[in-house]
Amino acid sequence: MDDVVLHNLTKTYRKGAAAAVKDVSFSVRKGELFGLIGPDGAGKTSIFRMLTTLLLPDGGSATVNGFDVVSDYKRIRKEVGYMPGKFSLYQDLTVEENLRFFATVFGTTVEANYDLIRDIYVQIEPFKTRRAGKLSGGMKQKLALCCALIHRPTVLFLDEPTTGVDTVSRKEFWDMLKRLKAQGITILVSTPYMDEASLCERIALIQDGRILSIDTPDAIINEYPKPLYAIKASLMSRLLKDLKAMPETESCYSFGEYHHLTFHREEEDSITGLKKHLEEKNYEDIAIKPITPGIEDCFIRLMHAKT
Amino acid sequence: MKEVVIKTDKLTKRFGDFIAANEISFEVYAGEIFGFLGANGAGKTTAMKMLCGLSAPSSGAATIAGFDIYKQTEQIKKRIGYMSQKFSLYEDLTVLENINFFGGIYGLSNRQLRLKREELIETLGMQQEAKQLVGSLPLGWKQKLAFSVAVVHEPKIVFLDEPTGGVDPVTRRQFWDLIYDTSDKGITIFVTTHYMDEAEYCNRISMMVDGVIKALDTPARLKEQFSAASMDEVFFELARGAKRKAD
Repeated sequence: MDDVVLHNLTKTYRKGAAAAVKDVSFSVRKGELFGLIGPDGAGKTSIFRMLTTLLLPDGGSATVNGFDVVSDYKRIRKEVGYMPGKFSLYQDLTVEENLRFFATVFGTTVEANYDLIRDIYVQIEPFKTRRAGKLSGGMKQKLALCCALIHRPTVLFLDEPTTGVDTVSRKEFWDMLKRLKAQGITILVSTPYMDEASLCERIALIQDGRILSIDTPDAIINEYPKPLYAIKASLMSRLLKDLKAMPETESCYSFGEYHHLTFHREEEDSITGLKKHLEEKNYEDIAIKPITPGIEDCFIRLMHAKT
Repeated sequence: MKEVVIKTDKLTKRFGDFIAANEISFEVYAGEIFGFLGANGAGKTTAMKMLCGLSAPSSGAATIAGFDIYKQTEQIKKRIGYMSQKFSLYEDLTVLENINFFGGIYGLSNRQLRLKREELIETLGMQQEAKQLVGSLPLGWKQKLAFSVAVVHEPKIVFLDEPTGGVDPVTRRQFWDLIYDTSDKGITIFVTTHYMDEAEYCNRISMMVDGVIKALDTPARLKEQFSAASMDEVFFELARGAKRKAD
């Protein structure tokens, strides 16, 4: 069964002049951890706001728990939890007051659903009398998640919960999501960090309002059509220019310590030829190895395939 | 002998009992790409504000482009550029108006401004967009323009605070191409980022944890030191023990 279904969903701004979401269709299964992955301006927030009934679509349709986002918006609002990208709690209420406020608005109590948020809330409980506006970034994030969960939603929407957060805190946040998923909550999460894709069961890659690909992270990686090589040598910045200039090169991008390269045509001697070419250009410490692509490699390839 | 453009000696900033930056000492050389990394709340922003002459240190000493961080903040401001993901350009001015505005503030003459304007539009390939409002440009373009504007007065050092946050993977790499070109011209790059692959692009990296610089070296040597396969692991190893969790 699918909890969230989008069918050709479309959103334009400035009287149709700017299309933010173009014919987007996908569905999220019950209990799934689904990731919407793409850069700023891809349309992720517009999609989230339409699914949480805060924004009206200009075309297409969508349902959440079987309810239509336009005609049944009141039902949806009762059943979903939403954590916007921008901190949106009451800054001048304390941690505890915010939590009670959201519980009350949804006609429940903190006590009734405390088991769901306990693991997260105990980390901010020492500061429960502090005003939300005075919390650190990490603590604000945890409080926002508690407030989004306090009415025991069936579907949880998290819009870029880890943006601007360091590696360690990001990992902690994803561990929290895994525990929530284990409780049966369907989670739709967006992120601009490609390395977080592997933490989702299925992902949709999105760019310029269009879906580039939807599948499990492994399946998207398996669809990468060519052998990919990681190359390293002395003088990396000159190496990138030289690699890009070779006629055999189809694509070449810097990827941290290495450059990633694909050939137009894969020959038996492609690698030995490349090595010789670089030696002739006086590079030292040359390393070339075949590698499995990452989601970011796939994203770059799909971005180019589209245009 | 390498020219030193940033030199700090036990630089410290206290807010009441809280020591945001605790006796940090390091040097940055001319033309270097220096990665300034750390967990949220480690004290990076505080340190950067002091280096830009925007916040007076509680103790310690530092010179930026040869000028004293306590007494010569105005001279410092003229010789640095700054760009962050949050604040960069005026959205309701056009591309050209933004260049004029920031160039003017940095004291370029009309003649210099005209030359810079043409050069900048040309390198960025923004001839079509020159008279458009910055607010209407895609994020990637805005960030590239913001960077170019931050170095329009050819500063000694440019400070980049998470310049590529949320930018698509292709534009992110184009942005680094701009960084390389700028560093080739001898301008020092001081950059923070949450992308660990970008840490690899820096000549040297410092890692701040709980207000202290815990490690400082080239990416290769840091990986060796921590027996780590990637910078991600180095970061994790260092930041894991952090007590402070703030922004």
